[in-house]
Amino acid sequence: MIELEGLTKRYGEKVAVNNLTFTVRPGIVTGFLGPNGAGKSTTMRMMLGLDRPTAGDVRIDGKHYDRLKDPLKYIGALLDAKAMHGGRSAYNHLLCLAQSNGIAKKRVHEVLDTVGLTAVARKKAKGFSLGMGQRLGIAGALLGDPRILMFDEPVNGLDPEGIHWIRNLMKSLAAQGRTVFVSSHLMSEMALTAEHLVVIGQGRLLADTTMADFIARNSRSYVRIRTPQRERLLDVLYGAGITVVQTGSGTLEVDGGKPEHIGELAAQHQIVLHELSPQQASLEEAFMRLTAESVEYHAHSDAPPEEQAWGNDWRRS
Amino acid sequence: MSTPQPPMPQAAAPNWQAAPGPSYPTYTSPIPVVRTHLGHALASEWTKIRSVRSTMWTLGVFVLLVVGIGLGAAALVSANASSEGLAGENPLSFGFFGLLLGSMCIMTLGVLTTASEYGTGMIRTTMTACPSRGRVLTAKAIVFTTVAFVVTLVSALLVAFADVAMLDGAKEPSGEEWLKGTVGISLYIALLGLLSLVIGSIIRHSAGAITIMIGVLLAPLVIALFMFSESLADLRDALFEYSIPNQLSVFYANSLSESGPSGWDPLWIMLGVTAAAFAGAYALLEQRDV
Repeated sequence: MIELEGLTKRYGEKVAVNNLTFTVRPGIVTGFLGPNGAGKSTTMRMMLGLDRPTAGDVRIDGKHYDRLKDPLKYIGALLDAKAMHGGRSAYNHLLCLAQSNGIAKKRVHEVLDTVGLTAVARKKAKGFSLGMGQRLGIAGALLGDPRILMFDEPVNGLDPEGIHWIRNLMKSLAAQGRTVFVSSHLMSEMALTAEHLVVIGQGRLLADTTMADFIARNSRSYVRIRTPQRERLLDVLYGAGITVVQTGSGTLEVDGGKPEHIGELAAQHQIVLHELSPQQASLEEAFMRLTAESVEYHAHSDAPPEEQAWGNDWRRS
Repeated sequence: MSTPQPPMPQAAAPNWQAAPGPSYPTYTSPIPVVRTHLGHALASEWTKIRSVRSTMWTLGVFVLLVVGIGLGAAALVSANASSEGLAGENPLSFGFFGLLLGSMCIMTLGVLTTASEYGTGMIRTTMTACPSRGRVLTAKAIVFTTVAFVVTLVSALLVAFADVAMLDGAKEPSGEEWLKGTVGISLYIALLGLLSLVIGSIIRHSAGAITIMIGVLLAPLVIALFMFSESLADLRDALFEYSIPNQLSVFYANSLSESGPSGWDPLWIMLGVTAAAFAGAYALLEQRDV
């Protein structure tokens, strides 16, 4: 379990992470979602004790990261595929990590096998493709057989087969009762893997909810209708107490309506329908709407003082 | 997987944040828990230093320079000097030229030991695996200094024996001259390398740190060479006397001047400077973000 309490990171004036409080629970995949530059990587670096928080606290199974005596057995992290010396072979890279945590050599061979790099174990990491580098990073994360796994944008730059492999790996790790915390800027990716969702924008917490709940709340479902007898249908639907939205392209939309119900109503009144289809706004849209609001809000709060200052100057001069 | 988890201290700790709902299944690893210590970090750093090619390159060039120039200088002297001309000369002192040039290789390796981890991003992996940053720096320092000392000592001994054998006319070095000309100067060069390692940790940039160290090695001497004005005489002499090449030369009881460091002084000076820099790097490492 990872617990964050009021975690804040400031670089000078800029607030990268703003008062984050949430808990990453074991046994499920928790998605950590936010647009680029939202503060995901900074948050993860603070979780791992790499960056010191300006304020707040983060604990791994109740302890600060730097109090962990053999951290690789608590938490395995893939921060980025390039966090290794290119001149070192895959085997030696993993060996020096294993030694620093007192992990037996045979475990190095095991994880190389798990990620499918046994054949290139003696090759230098420099010559690895992005996907192979990612696999080596994941091998490092699995080295200590940890209870908590943390992946920062693991599918970035991977081919479909690699993406598929990582998805299944994360699910199986969570199924073993481990805590899996994975960041992404792709909602569609998270929808496939994560059970729980933490969304941040501009360093602030926007949502901390289950995936199912997020989908139910944020994806708007509606019924789209096209008919040559618009006015009549509008009257009928109005009469039945159904609110209709008229869109520009001449179609009608009923929020949260049931197509069966609308179809039956139209049939009763002998109205011709050209289309009657249930629609669902994509999660990607919902995510963009959620994060766009935070961006908008931020820009808005900054704008007025600036404008005033400029105006004052102009009047005085 | 069936072994019960050893009792963890956090089990007794009060609930820091309200536990949400019922207890969740927790994975228990079959890998035994080990309390890590400096020994683990040393093993890790030893694997690191021996598994990159730059170590082999810098140390290979070092041995080549020290042995090649040391033997070359002795051969040149023995070919040109008469036996009387060498009388009273310390034959070990002809190892100086190779060691002076070779020290740049040791300095480069020292810088790379720390700074290259920042360049490659490896440092994030290292510090994640060992969150005790001071332990990482200490382990690096111990492993590197040992390697640098052993390689320098072996090269210096090789050159010393060859020089003594080749230069018949020179005097037989005393026990202390042997000790200073081999162990002493090797310790000094290892410390110079350690200082470079520490500077690499502070600067976090290989090229920058190497440039600084080459400057530290050569600049005082070169600047002093061009201080012609009498009013600068005191400063010039101090720069000459405390320049690293002159301190190296002191180990052979040769110096550019009569005053200034003598005997084992250079070693204590370098030890003090390196210790101070190490303390600074240690404090900075604890403070800064990785």
